[in-house]
Amino acid sequence: MISILLRRFFLISLAVLFSPVAQSELIIEITKGTEAAVPLAVVPFGYSGSTATSPVNLSSIISADLTRSGLFKALRERDMLTKPTTANKVNYRNWQALGQDYLIVGSVNEVMGKYQIQFQMLDVFKRESLLGYRLTVKKNELRKTAHHISDLVYEKLTGKKSDFSSRIAYITTTKAGVNKRKLYKLLIADADGFNPRAIASSWEPLMSPSWSPDGNKIVYVSFENKRSAIYIQKLSDGKRSKIASYKGINGAPSFSPDGSKLALTLSKDGSPDIFVLNLKNKRLLKLTKSFAIDTEPSWSPDGKSIVYTSNRGGKPQLYLIPSQGGRSSRLTFDGDYNARGQFSSDGKSIVMVHANRGDYRIAIMDMATHTLNVLTAGRYDESPSFSANGDMVLYSSKKAGRSVLSAVSADGRMHQSFTFDSGNVREPSWSH
Amino acid sequence: MKINKLALTFIASTVVLTGCASTDEKDASLLDTDVKTAQEALITSGLNNNAVSGEQFMTQGLSQSELNANAMNNGVSSLGAEFSDPANPLSKQTIYFKHDSSQIQQDFISVIAAHAQYLATNPGQRVILEGHTDELGSREYNIALGEQRAKSVFSILRSQGVSGQQLEVVSYGEEKPASEGVGEASWQLNRRVEITYQVQ
Repeated sequence: MISILLRRFFLISLAVLFSPVAQSELIIEITKGTEAAVPLAVVPFGYSGSTATSPVNLSSIISADLTRSGLFKALRERDMLTKPTTANKVNYRNWQALGQDYLIVGSVNEVMGKYQIQFQMLDVFKRESLLGYRLTVKKNELRKTAHHISDLVYEKLTGKKSDFSSRIAYITTTKAGVNKRKLYKLLIADADGFNPRAIASSWEPLMSPSWSPDGNKIVYVSFENKRSAIYIQKLSDGKRSKIASYKGINGAPSFSPDGSKLALTLSKDGSPDIFVLNLKNKRLLKLTKSFAIDTEPSWSPDGKSIVYTSNRGGKPQLYLIPSQGGRSSRLTFDGDYNARGQFSSDGKSIVMVHANRGDYRIAIMDMATHTLNVLTAGRYDESPSFSANGDMVLYSSKKAGRSVLSAVSADGRMHQSFTFDSGNVREPSWSH
Repeated sequence: MKINKLALTFIASTVVLTGCASTDEKDASLLDTDVKTAQEALITSGLNNNAVSGEQFMTQGLSQSELNANAMNNGVSSLGAEFSDPANPLSKQTIYFKHDSSQIQQDFISVIAAHAQYLATNPGQRVILEGHTDELGSREYNIALGEQRAKSVFSILRSQGVSGQQLEVVSYGEEKPASEGVGEASWQLNRRVEITYQVQ
């Protein structure tokens, strides 16, 4: 089991590269924490090597990851009484006194440019090791390795898959050039906001980025030819293909869970309707045929149904339709505006933009009971996107007239804001 | 808790600089693409592989001033004096809407009729009907709403004798607001259809 995990771990690590592009700085701030978070301490890792300090501060990355999940509260370094780097140096009483449940200790040893990392997670009360790994990585894999350690810790303690190694895509607008024209950019970054890089830029709008299930491609809408078209762009080499440029709207693209199809909105026949495009044989299936607005399709995790927005009842509400075609059924009845639904990865809930009397907020509907839980208090919240394990929802909101990214835990208890130094940031999409 | 990324970004840059030498050939080409993206900040990484040659997407090859000049040429400069006479309904080229509605309000029917008459008597003249919305609600829904607004104007023009060949509908939803502010005063300026006369 461990060897399989380790192998997977190593393969993933090898596949990762850093990009040198430094875009706007991103600061993540936890604006509302939760009382129930499990206290743990990630002790600064020991280091020996040819440089004075480790090129990457692994323990701080791990602390930040675990804290961001909302389930853990990492002890501040200045509150630590001792800083052991191996299990046999740990005085458990110290950590019990500090109220810590778990302890992560480790070290990094650089030899000839290779970084040997070892770490252990300890149960402070049982005084035993729960997890321990030793691995060797290259310098440019250190940051990714820290995220993988966070993954291992999180998965061990919660039994759930973690999101720390996932990525986010989003759109920014900034004023650029001599005439201060609006420049649209599509960026991708690590889940902690680190390492943002632009994969597309245009003077005309870029919209609706969404990940392929394998995380290798992004589909998005571009108005670069003064009309909308949908493109799929490979992240490895930046090559892209034009998927749809029909007359009218080409919008709201969304990959099927197996990556073989794309749900999208086209208005080529008149009103905007939901279509499914088979990416292999290019066949187009028209799913909805109403005279109203039908848009924003998103797949259920089993690929069998598609949730979408329609105003056929007068106001925008969410509907469900079989992805092979069939009859639509209305899903939402609370509030006068429910739009842009997205399923959680377990299919048990749908996140959406929910408005009542003019306040646009993020809400989650339980698919079993159809009850709605409003997670945010904003007036202009939009574009919710579930993290891979469904723990967090990333969305865009307004702060002092600017669009910013925010995140909220699926239970609504933990809130974070992602702040960039300039411009507007919106339409976040989390890789799965 | 605050995590300032500045220091970390610096570290990552150094990592890459020193890391290049040790990566294998395939990885090195990938890094190369990224480096180009860094240098030419306005260009997609994909454009370096001429995958999209011939399209307007890239800013490569066109200077900022050329781009701006292109944008200026789309104005109404070659049209007659009636378009700049405030007393003439043709001088009004923006139709405004109520929130989440694509219904033409009474006030604008005469404006659209004036454009219909002009276009019907000038069958060579083409216009783009650009639909826009306020920033409230979801973006793709607003694309659809903007299109419905433009199509409302389209229908009236068609019913008053304008040829479909003269008209093109495009919706930008909330992506190109006329006013960037937050609040009803801005929003009502943004819920609009712009009748954009094309240079012949």
